[in-house]
Amino acid sequence: MEAVVFVFSLIDCCALIFLSVYFIITLSDLECDYINARSCCSKLNKWVVPELIGHTIVTILMLISLHWFIFLLNLPVATWNIYRFIMVPSGNMGVFDPTEIHNRGQLKSHMKEAMIKLGFHLLCFFMYLYSMILALIND
Amino acid sequence: MSAPAGAPHPHAAAASARIPPRLGAAAAPAGPSPTPHYQNGPAQNQMQFPPGYGLQSQGYVVPSGLYSQGPGKSTPLPLESQYGTDYHSGHYTVPTQNVTLAPGPSTVNMQPGSQQVYGRGPPAPHTVGSTPGSFPGGVASSASHLHTGRPQPYSSFGNHYNSPGIPSASSSIASQGFPLTSGHYAMSTASGAVYPSVSYPSVPAGDPYGQVFTSQSTSVITQFKDNSFPGQNTAVDHPPQQRLSPVGYSASSWAAPGPQSTQDNLTQNHIGSLATAGNTSNAGSSSCAEKQNIQLLKTSPAPPTVSSGSISARTQPPADRATEPVASGTQPPELLLQEGMQYGGYVNNQASSAPTPSSSTSDDEEEEEEDEEAAIDSSSTTSSVSPVPNSFDVLEGGSYPGDTLDPLSSSTTSPAPALSVPQATKPAKPFGYGYPILQPGYQNVGLSSGAQPSNPAYSGFQQFAQQYPGMNQLSSSLSGLSLQHSSQQPESLRPINLTQDRNILPVTPVLAPVPNLNSDLKKLNCNPDSFRCTLTNIPQTQALLNKAKLPLGLLLHPFRDLTQLPVITSSTIVRCRSCRTYINPFVSFIDQRRWKCNLCYRVNDVPEEFMYNPLTRSYGEPHKRPEVQNSTVEFIASSDYMLRPPQPAVYLFVFDVSHNAVEAGYLTIVCQSLLENLDKLPGDSRTRIGFITFDSTVHFYNLQEGLSQPQMLIVSDIDDIFLPTPDSLLVNLHESKELIKDLLSALPNMFTYTRETHSALGPALQAAFKLMSPTGGRVSVFQTQLPSLGAGLLQSREDPNQRSSTKVVQHLGPATDFYKKLALDCSGQQTAVDLLNAAVVCPGDSPGEPWPSLSLAAQPLLKQTTVLLAFLAVLAHMELEDHETCMSKYSAGCIYYYPSFHHTHNPSQAEKLQKDLKRYLTRKIGFEAVMRIRCTKGLSIHTFHGNFFVRSTDLLSLANINPDAGFAVQMSIEENLTDTSLVCFQTALLYTSSKGERRIRVHTLCLPVVSSLADVYAGVDVQAAICLLANMAVDRSISSSLSDARDALVNAVVDSLSAYSQTSSTSQQSALIAPTSLKLFPLYVLALLKQKAFRTGTSTRLDDRVFAMCQMKCQPLVHLMKIIHPNLYRIDKLTDEGAIHVSDRIVPQPPLQKLSAEKLTREGAFLMDAGSIIYIWIGKSCDNNFIKDVLGYPNYASVPQKLTHLPELDTLSSERTRSFLSWLRDNRPLCPILHVIKDESPAKTDFFQHLVEDRTEAAFSYYEFLLHVQQQICK
Repeated sequence: MEAVVFVFSLIDCCALIFLSVYFIITLSDLECDYINARSCCSKLNKWVVPELIGHTIVTILMLISLHWFIFLLNLPVATWNIYRFIMVPSGNMGVFDPTEIHNRGQLKSHMKEAMIKLGFHLLCFFMYLYSMILALIND
Repeated sequence: MSAPAGAPHPHAAAASARIPPRLGAAAAPAGPSPTPHYQNGPAQNQMQFPPGYGLQSQGYVVPSGLYSQGPGKSTPLPLESQYGTDYHSGHYTVPTQNVTLAPGPSTVNMQPGSQQVYGRGPPAPHTVGSTPGSFPGGVASSASHLHTGRPQPYSSFGNHYNSPGIPSASSSIASQGFPLTSGHYAMSTASGAVYPSVSYPSVPAGDPYGQVFTSQSTSVITQFKDNSFPGQNTAVDHPPQQRLSPVGYSASSWAAPGPQSTQDNLTQNHIGSLATAGNTSNAGSSSCAEKQNIQLLKTSPAPPTVSSGSISARTQPPADRATEPVASGTQPPELLLQEGMQYGGYVNNQASSAPTPSSSTSDDEEEEEEDEEAAIDSSSTTSSVSPVPNSFDVLEGGSYPGDTLDPLSSSTTSPAPALSVPQATKPAKPFGYGYPILQPGYQNVGLSSGAQPSNPAYSGFQQFAQQYPGMNQLSSSLSGLSLQHSSQQPESLRPINLTQDRNILPVTPVLAPVPNLNSDLKKLNCNPDSFRCTLTNIPQTQALLNKAKLPLGLLLHPFRDLTQLPVITSSTIVRCRSCRTYINPFVSFIDQRRWKCNLCYRVNDVPEEFMYNPLTRSYGEPHKRPEVQNSTVEFIASSDYMLRPPQPAVYLFVFDVSHNAVEAGYLTIVCQSLLENLDKLPGDSRTRIGFITFDSTVHFYNLQEGLSQPQMLIVSDIDDIFLPTPDSLLVNLHESKELIKDLLSALPNMFTYTRETHSALGPALQAAFKLMSPTGGRVSVFQTQLPSLGAGLLQSREDPNQRSSTKVVQHLGPATDFYKKLALDCSGQQTAVDLLNAAVVCPGDSPGEPWPSLSLAAQPLLKQTTVLLAFLAVLAHMELEDHETCMSKYSAGCIYYYPSFHHTHNPSQAEKLQKDLKRYLTRKIGFEAVMRIRCTKGLSIHTFHGNFFVRSTDLLSLANINPDAGFAVQMSIEENLTDTSLVCFQTALLYTSSKGERRIRVHTLCLPVVSSLADVYAGVDVQAAICLLANMAVDRSISSSLSDARDALVNAVVDSLSAYSQTSSTSQQSALIAPTSLKLFPLYVLALLKQKAFRTGTSTRLDDRVFAMCQMKCQPLVHLMKIIHPNLYRIDKLTDEGAIHVSDRIVPQPPLQKLSAEKLTREGAFLMDAGSIIYIWIGKSCDNNFIKDVLGYPNYASVPQKLTHLPELDTLSSERTRSFLSWLRDNRPLCPILHVIKDESPAKTDFFQHLVEDRTEAAFSYYEFLLHVQQQICK
């Protein structure tokens, strides 16, 4: 059972890693002016909710399967994701708003955020991998 | 720039031998040639380069002062005249030491004296300013003095600091107006003049920047080169010698000041003078004497005696005393107190090494000069030789006491004496200014400073004061203060005790501070109306900027209506290859064929075509091309700059014709205006126009040529809007003119009996977008109520009952992203949406009643009551603001807002709409525009403010650009700017003109970089800072909350003032001290807090608030400042004193009054200019003559409550008032409404709410605000 949980987490984590990389690539495209802000934001906004869901599921899964440490590790990031999504002003077009993204260093902060998430997911990936192997062995 | 940096001396009679390479080249083209011939468009060019530019251009090539060619020679440039004066000053200085006879200074005496001393003075007559070139010795000596003095103590500081950057014009004025004192001023100017050569990208050196960056010592050298140092080396022609000479000089001069530096400035100055006499050994003793004197001063009760004592010790001329009486006479009692304090303060300053303007620059300079001369001509050890009693002596006398008795001089600087005895007191003033920390004295002085500018006779006065500082720098450098001041800095840094100085508002409008550049760059720099920076001295590092706690940003007004604009037609537009910067006056030419970009420092080739100057028809002078001579130019772009063929001018008008709108009657006015201005719409033969109306359905009008009358097509499927006949809705204006006229005259009556109350704005906008998307253009939307149907419908969000209760104002941001998306679509298709919101007057609802919901909007319309302020429709309409501002915001449109609009009930609004429309329809317009803001490497743009869509990090997409649009950007410093002394900002606006031409308007602004906090404060442009803060506060209140924004505004004052007080280490910690440059900062912030956008309390409707915020975001600085801080004038006694002439009219210029009820007297009449509205307030017991002559009523009682026009009466006072009023109106794009308000009329609250210095229901008075700030600082 535990092995299944971690296999699922591992797959989910891979997806999140790819998503982070995608965010980084798209944002850096915008930074270099390869794409315009509008298309960049509409691309990214599409993936905000999947990312949120994916990460929340893992977090909840860890809670259910009583892996406290991993749950607590994931909690802040999941909370941040949800908070960010909820706090989008009503007039904005999503977490990434083309009219705002060049202002107040938002682009940079988005970039930083994506980087941090990438690192975090990589860390999680190895953690899940280790746990999965451990679980498989124990089985 | 062909000449080597060190080569030519400006005046160069003597130097001409050396100059040939450069001069020869330069001389030919001089000035605008009579028959300028441009390759592409000769006619244009001719127009575009008025003589003024011609002069500048030369200045550019080689700093004008240094330039002896062309116009420079034939008609002496101001700089040269300065040089002439410099020469005198040099001479004067000699006498000053020695002088024993004070009174009766005569120029005649001076000259011989000087000649004697120098032993080499040319025989030519020394009329001030007349013989610039003839006295190289004098000039050189003075210059050398200046620089030798400076460099040693502060070798590390940037060169530009040394250059006082005095406007040459002012200096020349000075010389004219006050020939005796001119010597003084000239000194500073001289340094300024000299400098340009240094910091200016002088060509041959290879790396112009290198020169610029060089420490002062190098600058000295270069200056020497420039000046050719005739004083020392009679052989002017030997540059090498000259270069060497500075070193020697510095050593010698060093010796003198060296010991002093440890001591007070006061003592130093004197020491300097003595030491300069020739013996450094003397310096020591003399300094001791000085010290004693000072101590004496402290203890001695009678200031005059003290001063005399000091003077005697120094063997000063009696002249000193002559001035002293004035000083002491004015405020004897305070002297003692002040002395101690000031003294302490002074020391502190030194310690802090703030660039405090040391007291007497003149003294120092003179002394330095003397020093040099002493060193140079050993013969001149003359301690008591030349009895040259001239004005200069008097000046010095004044200055000397200033040194020893700082307080005295400072106190004496009070304006009264200055005005009465200009010569004597003038010298004194600078000292007063120079002193950084004399609070007590300043209480008195403050008034004076405020009053000074007002006096028309002394228009040049400020400049004098500024020039002085230039001298101050010298002294300060000597004494060990940080010297970096430019001419203006001492003045702008003069501390002011805000709590005690009540009259800080100058009587003339505040002008933008001039960046502290050398005079050439200053001349070339961009007009502050187009391009302003909040800090005219850019801090070197982000850390320094953070320390200063001031916002760094640019205020742009790029498409301003200009009277004079060089338009360049050229097949190749020269740009930097790496950063794409347009070539501009601040680039440096490394040699004939290469130029160095001033933003990224890349070296570029000069294209072959650029070598030819069409203006002068000469070859090989790329530096004289108009692009390099003007900081604001317009290029006609080639097809490289087009993604598609230039679009025609396309106008689409979208009218709200619901019942609400019809009742308001705006349609009549709009259609009438359109009919009148149809021919004046900017455009060419391709211009197209279309109309859409909407209520609950959307109506299109087929205006295809050939129809007998306009065809109305109604689309009722608003959920899926489509264009019924896409081809014939937008028609050529000229071909279908008759149909259009028919439609416009029929339209107002077509919907008279409509019962339709809904508004389907969203679908109408979608339709407009579809209609416009093939071409782009301008959509003008007239709306009167919230959209209630279809896409983008909105709910009224404001609950008026909550308004009173909460500090939190909600709903400032848009509620739906429909409009934002649509706006982005529009922007993508180069379509701008302008919103004209005319809120309907709906009488009948008293404020106390519960607010009707939207559905009731149409009901009470027919009631005829006298209450004209109707809330109903405004309420309905207001939400539009919130949501649809974003429509205009991102499509680069503009918003007009006419609250409680009704064509009969509110005629003034109707008139305003009419006049605004006229402007709106006929003003210039640029289509499919993009604007890019580039800045020197190391700076980056942090935030943009204004109406546009940010397409990439520095690229703004503007579907339309109009001349009334202002922008603001916040900058941050990403990399340290330590290796540069100048930063540049360039705005390039690429647009399609209404004639279908692709044009690029380029503005370039150049600013110095500074490394000390005090210099940052010295360069604050307080108005720009306030406007930027307003923008930031709007952002904050939308993203966070209004109270946050208000706190942030208060904190901006608290932080900056406390940061300043820490740097200046004031003796009085309890007082609220601000530098002069920031003295208006708290006042403006308070005014900002009382703006509709940011104030709290029940009286502000959400609509008004949001509109005010929009205004702040998109108004250019000049207009915004009037809104923030209105100008108040007293107009019942207008005189022609100081009047200006504007196109055959005499416009009186009454002094500004501060915005406080205490200034309103019942006997007077006052005019308040609040931007979009002008009030005339009439006191109860106002002079009947005024009421009769100006208002046309027999007495006060008969003046009606509502009066919006001044009658044209044939009386002098009426004429004056009207000309003043029309002058005020002419100065802005949109016509302000005039309200004549009687003292007891209910409308007077509108007037009084603008009196920002007074207490209001929920806001501090100015004084309370200061106390609050002070409290916060002390915390």
